[in-house]
Parts: sequence; C-alpha cells; structure tokens
Amino acid sequence: MARFNITRFLDSLSSRSIVRYIVYSCSVAFFFALILIPPILGIVLKWNTMADIFGNSSLMSRAISAIYASFAIALFVSFIDVVAGLPMAWFITRGGFKWLKSLDTLADIPFIVPTVALGYSLLLFWSDPKQGISSLFGSSLVSRGWLLVILLHFAFSYPVVVRVMVGALLDYKREYEEAARTLGAAPITADRTVTLPILKTALIASFILALARSLSETGATIMVAGAFENGPIFISKLKTAQEPGYEGALVFVSFILIAISCIIFVTIMLLGQRLKMPIKKVWPVAERKLSSSGVTNLRNSMSLLVFFFLVLIPSLFVALPAFYAITNGTLNQAVTGAGIWREYWQSLILSYSVGAIATLLNTIIGLPMAVLIARRRLGTAFSSILDVLVNIPLIIPSIALGISLSIFWKNFQSMPEIGLLIFVHLSITYPYLVRSMTAAIERVNTDYEEAARTLGGRPFTVFRTIILPLTKYSLIAGAVMVFTRSVSETGATLAVTKLKTAPVLLVGWVKPFLANPSTAPVNSLEIGLGCGILVLFSFIILLVLRLFSRGKGMY
Amino acid sequence: MPEVRLVNVTKKFGKIVAVENANLQIHDREYFSLIGPSGCGKTTLLRMIAGLVQPDEGEIYIDDRLVTSIPPEDRGIGFVFQTYALFPHMNVWDNVTYGPRVKALESKESERIGREMLEMVRLFERLDAFPSELSGGMMQRVALARALSAGAKLLLLDEPLGALDAKIRHELRYELRRFVKDLELTGIHVTHDQAEAMAISDRIAVMRKGKILQVGTPQELYMTPQHIFVANFIGESNFLEGYVSKLTEKESTIELRGGLLVRALDKTHGEGEKVVVAIRPEILVVEKGKKGGVNSIFGNIEGFRFEGTNVRYEIRLENGDLVVVVRPALMAEWLDVGEKVTVSFPIEKSFVFTYPERGLKRELALE
Repeated sequence: MARFNITRFLDSLSSRSIVRYIVYSCSVAFFFALILIPPILGIVLKWNTMADIFGNSSLMSRAISAIYASFAIALFVSFIDVVAGLPMAWFITRGGFKWLKSLDTLADIPFIVPTVALGYSLLLFWSDPKQGISSLFGSSLVSRGWLLVILLHFAFSYPVVVRVMVGALLDYKREYEEAARTLGAAPITADRTVTLPILKTALIASFILALARSLSETGATIMVAGAFENGPIFISKLKTAQEPGYEGALVFVSFILIAISCIIFVTIMLLGQRLKMPIKKVWPVAERKLSSSGVTNLRNSMSLLVFFFLVLIPSLFVALPAFYAITNGTLNQAVTGAGIWREYWQSLILSYSVGAIATLLNTIIGLPMAVLIARRRLGTAFSSILDVLVNIPLIIPSIALGISLSIFWKNFQSMPEIGLLIFVHLSITYPYLVRSMTAAIERVNTDYEEAARTLGGRPFTVFRTIILPLTKYSLIAGAVMVFTRSVSETGATLAVTKLKTAPVLLVGWVKPFLANPSTAPVNSLEIGLGCGILVLFSFIILLVLRLFSRGKGMY
Repeated sequence: MPEVRLVNVTKKFGKIVAVENANLQIHDREYFSLIGPSGCGKTTLLRMIAGLVQPDEGEIYIDDRLVTSIPPEDRGIGFVFQTYALFPHMNVWDNVTYGPRVKALESKESERIGREMLEMVRLFERLDAFPSELSGGMMQRVALARALSAGAKLLLLDEPLGALDAKIRHELRYELRRFVKDLELTGIHVTHDQAEAMAISDRIAVMRKGKILQVGTPQELYMTPQHIFVANFIGESNFLEGYVSKLTEKESTIELRGGLLVRALDKTHGEGEKVVVAIRPEILVVEKGKKGGVNSIFGNIEGFRFEGTNVRYEIRLENGDLVVVVRPALMAEWLDVGEKVTVSFPIEKSFVFTYPERGLKRELALE
C-alpha cells in the first residue's frame, strides 16, 4: 500500500477550485466571526448602560479629558516620531557606513522589548532620583506625568517609523532622485520634491502605526503616568475601582475611543492619498545651504543623539538594576522560584504560551487571507475592502477592544478565561501577520507562480515552493510582530481576565512600589530583574529568528 | 562649449574594478557612444561624467573645468535614464518644467521652455498626462524633453532606447542624433547595441571589463579594429588560428591549421609567432568548385540561411575550421548545402592579431 503523503493529498485538493474557495471563505469567515465582529458587537450589546455616565458629570468630565489626552498625545507623539525617525531612516540607508547596519538592528530593540519593561526602564532613567539621568540633578528630572508619558510613547513608537521608512527607502528607485539632481536640484530639494512625495504612502503608514501603538499602550503608561489619565488608564482605573455605574462609563469611553480611532484612520486613509505636498515652490539658495555637508552632518548627529538619548539608553536602562540583582543574589532566588518568583515564572510561561498560540493560529488563518487580498482571489472590490478591514484591530485602542470583547464573550458562559485571553490576543495581533504577508506577496511577480504552474506545479505546491520561500522574511517578521505584540499586551489583558500575564504581573509589582517603596512587597532590584529577564528572553527569541531567516527569501 | 575630458579615471565597487584608468576626450558637438557588453563599465563611466558616481582616482573635465568634486546639479548636464525615471507623482508638464523650476527661473521663462521642449518632442497636447498613461516611446520623448529643459549643452543618455520595441528603437535613434545636432549639443550615448552606435555616432569607444579598448569613428572601428575583441564586437568576424611562417618587407604568410597558407598585409608579428587571422563574413567570396589563387581555400557548404537582405553560409574549410560567409541575397545565385566551394579573400582585407594569452574563446567572451 502506498504511504499516505500529506503534501500530495493537499496538492490534489488544491487543484479543485471548490476547495480553494472553501479555504478562502473559511479564512474570511474566521476573520469576521473571531476578529472583527466580537469587538464591535460587545459594545452594541451594552449600548443602553451608557446612559449612566450622562448623569454623572464629574465622571463624564474625567472621561472626556482622558479621551482628549489619549488622542492629543498619540497625534503629537506620532508626528514627532515621524519627524525624528525619518532622518534616522535616511541616515541608516544613505549614510554609507557599515556600522549603520547594526544601528538598524538596535533600532528594533524598543519594538521587541515588552512595553512594560520599557516603561519601567524609562521610569528609572528619567525620574528615579538615585539612578539614571536624574541622579545628576539629585531629584527627578522628569517626574511621573504627561511629559513622561510622551517620552515613553515617543520611545516605543520610534522604531515603527524607522522600520517602515528604512524599508521604503531601500525599495525606492534612486533614479528618481538622480534624475532630479541632474536637472539641477540640490539634494534637499530632490528629497523634498521627488523622494518624499513618492514615499508618501510609507510615511502615512508609519504615522498610522505609531498612532495606533500610542493609542493602545496601557501597561507602561500606567507605570509612568502618575495622576495623569488617558483613555486606557481611565478604563483600567474604573475597572479596578468598580464604582457604581462604572460599566456605563466603560462602555462610553470604549465606544468613543473606538469610534474616533476609526474616524481618524479612515480620514488619514482617504485624505492622505490626496494630500498634496508643497513641491512647486523651490528655494534654491536656502535648500542648497541645507544640503551642505555641514548641515547634513549636523542632522545625522542630531538623529543619532535623539536615538541614543531619548530611545535606546532609556529603553535599556533597566539592565542596570538587573545587573545589580545578578550580583547581589536576587538572581539565585529568582532561579529557585522562591517567594514572588514562583508567580513570575508562571506568568512568563503563560505569556509565552499565549503568544505562541496566537502566533500559530494567526498564521493558519492569516496566510490564506493574505493570499486572497494580495492576489484579489475573491474579486478586486472585496479584496480591497478586506484590505482595509484587517487593519481595524490595529487601530482600536486595545483596552477598549478588550472591554468590548469581554462583554461579548461573557454571553458564552462556558468560555474559560484562558480562552478569552487567547481570543483577545488573537484579535489584537491579527493585522500584523496579514499586513506583512499581503505586502510581501504583492511584490512577488505573478510570473514566478505562472512559470511554476506551467511546469506542472499544483496550487498548493506553488504556494509552498515559490511564494512561501520568497516571502519567508516577511512571514518571520510578521510572526515576530504577532508574538512580541502578544507578549507586550497589557491593556486588553487587564480588561478581559484576572489571569496574570508577565506584563500584568509587572504592572502589579510596580504600582505599590511607586506608591510607597518601603512597604511594597517587591523591591526595585526584583522589579528590575523581572523586567530584565523579559527583555533578555525577547532578545534571544529575536536572535534565534534572525539566525533562522538570515539571507533567505527576498521579501 | 561642452567638451568632456577624462584623465586616468578609475572606479572600484568593492573588489570589482568597474572602470580602470580611463582616458577619453569627447569633442564639442560630437555624438559619442560608449559601447561594450553588459558589465563593461560604460554606465559607470557615464554616471561619473554626470556626477552620480564619484571616481576613486582621476579627473573629469567639462569645458576645461575640473568637475570631479562638483555635484550633479552644478555640472550643467542633461541625463536620460534607461528607465526614464519620470517622476510618477507629476504630470508631463511638471516633469518637463522641473529643471527650470528647481533652478528658480521666472515662471514665464519656465513656461516658455516647457512649451518649447514639449513641442519639440511633439507631446504638447499630452501635458496633463501622468507617466503611467504614456507609451514607451512617449515616455522616452518626455524624458528627453525634461533632460534638455534645464538648458544643458551636454546630454548624457544611458541606454535611452533599451526599453523600446525594435521598430520604435530604430526610428527614435535617428531622432536622438537629429536633436543633438540641431540643438548643437554634445551627446554621450551608452548602449550595448553596436548597430545602434554605428548608425548614429560620430565616434565610438568600445569598452570591456572596465577598460577602453579602442576609440574611433564607426568606419575606423570597422575597417581597422585594433583589438581582437573589437573585431568581433563591431560587426562580425571569422577567426582562423595559425602562426607566421614567413615575414617579408611587404607582407607575412601565415600557416593555418592543416598547413593551409594565407597571406596578409601584416608586418607586426614575427616569424613563428602564434596569431589569429580575422576576416569579415562579407569580405569572403564563395565560388562553386575548386578554384586556385591567392588566399583561396576549399570547403563544403554545411549550412544556409536566408535572412532577407543577406544570405548566410556556414562553410567547413578543408582544414576543419568553420567560417561564416554573408552575401547580399539578390546579387548572386544561391548555393546549396553540400556544394563544394572555394572561399577566398583579398590579402589586404584581413586583420592579424597576436593569439590571446587567455585563449581565443575567453578573449572574445561577452560576459
């Protein structure tokens, strides 16, 4: 008897168009049923509770100012991130130094480090009077509050902008810029009138991603905010306090956050493309001066300074207490799992398991979706609509999404909390892999596929042997983003469950410590070590994946 | 008066030497072509003249002005890219007036230039169109109009016809020459197509592996190739290996494989030296039957192709060498495959080269 061969079986299945349609339809159905509908439906189900908050004017004004703070900070920070990240991306791709490549990798660090660790690190760096920059002044340089929130959001959104713009600049055909130069344009004029307008889509994308990240972040923001409240902090405080009528306020704030995010997103998507950059006017003398090597060097140095002193060093500052913890024996305690560490390791295992499950499930349901969008398999119009819809979980503030999801799934009594946790992580991380893979597949020339088909490859084989190897880099990048996003996730986790993932646990450690260090159950070295281990593990995972994906695939 | 002079110009990309010690003088109002197989360094050379690539060594002069460290925007050049590089976010008008605009000319002046250039390339009525809406030939003409709009007197063309269909390529190449001549420009044209270069250039430089092998008019390159690679790259050649068996004051006798003797007007190679005799296919005369005479070799027709203008024979000589003979199709009676023939050529019409150290095949290789 011939051995059953799974590849051949899938191959023969994939030859039938009905099977392909079933696969595509299932991926669409999963998307709607698990990812898109529940967060929207949850709020609709509790629509009537919203009346509560309208009677409570003090709660209402708190809610309004929290919502306002969320969007003001997100818009401001994203703008600054683009302004600071763009020259850095430029420097990395055009600087012409070898060491810039390692800088490119360093720029990813704030992205892979779970944001709570980042938050604690920034807190130490900026406002601990005994450590960091503040030790030079003897008192907190930046105390907890809105300024520190801005610094934090700037640091963790910065790598998104750099990552997107480096990619766009590498793809960009330099000939356009060269043509402008030969026509008499100074470098800055060429950049401004030719390169930037051509890269507009990438600029908009980087702005939106930075915006989304800032709107969603919860855990780290709670640590550094002090008395300051934005949307996610307000929601998490309401949830903890459970004052009477809090549910209406939760629904109200979540609804407003979701609605405004969607409006901003759609506005930017629609208007951004039509936005004309001012390219008609040219100032030859001034722009020539701006293009001089002196100004360029100054700009590059400024970019490096911003990167090191506002992003990298604050982000990695937690290494210092972690290092002390290693030397003074705290590490031994941690390794043996004594006291608080038992819970720590459990939370770490929970975080990584949920992350792995979310990554796996999202790969399975996301890959057909990416193919179907990139290749317009269910019609151009439908594919374009899906292309926009898959972004929604990305732009909705995750704590609002969590609130809505928990309301939705509570209707299913039998749902265990761990299931709820996985669902919410699935929802939040879904866009990362699909977006990354859609973009990559779109760039694979259909000729390759057609060549493979004419050589006798069946659809599944073609996907397995042509598309997947060529897009391997993006698949891994997408999977890493899903995984790190899941491990970082705090807001939605707080909203849906009492289970303690690593970031939730760390927020729980930090809060009493900040309130009163002497009575807090966990001391600063332990928190530092807790964050440090999380950072280290993230590094190891990234490194392993980099090694796996090195030099393979094109996109 | 754009005159371009390159002195000992060298450019390396890592370990690869793209251009090695190039010396070149391009005259004012000349249509000059740089040709060679892909990867020979011709585009790098052009980009160095434009200032898009910095040479590692050497100097470049435009109009006797040392421009080596001057950025492209200040060199007073027009550059047409192989892919045209028309700005995708601007329409034809904005593309063509980009040069005057970044030089901050008055808007009236910019408009006058834009109008003039577009009328010149007969695309004025398409000024609202975006590049993506134009055909290849139109894009090429817009690219040309744009390159000239900045008022440059030196036009650099990087494979400007490479992306076009054969027929349009043919038409546009004469148009390119006409523009350069009418506007009294100096044109430097990079191409891998020797027929294109021959058809439109005043002079041509043949490059291979970063080195300029020979510079000359099309006639010079064709009639007196100084390098065996040039004899093969410009036009076509048959190569017969042998050694000089006798050298007199007037000529030399070369013994080919199989002891065949041919005479050539060559005195540069000493007796006993290993050489290659190159003969153009269109120089060879074919006659039926066995005929005697100077430089006559017997052979057998192995292949015949009708190519339109010409017919092409592949003939196995009696010593086993294979030669190609091209005759005008309508001038003579065609011979059949299998026919015994005599192939002959005048003694003054062959070139004799020293046998290349690396072997003939490697010396002629295009890659």
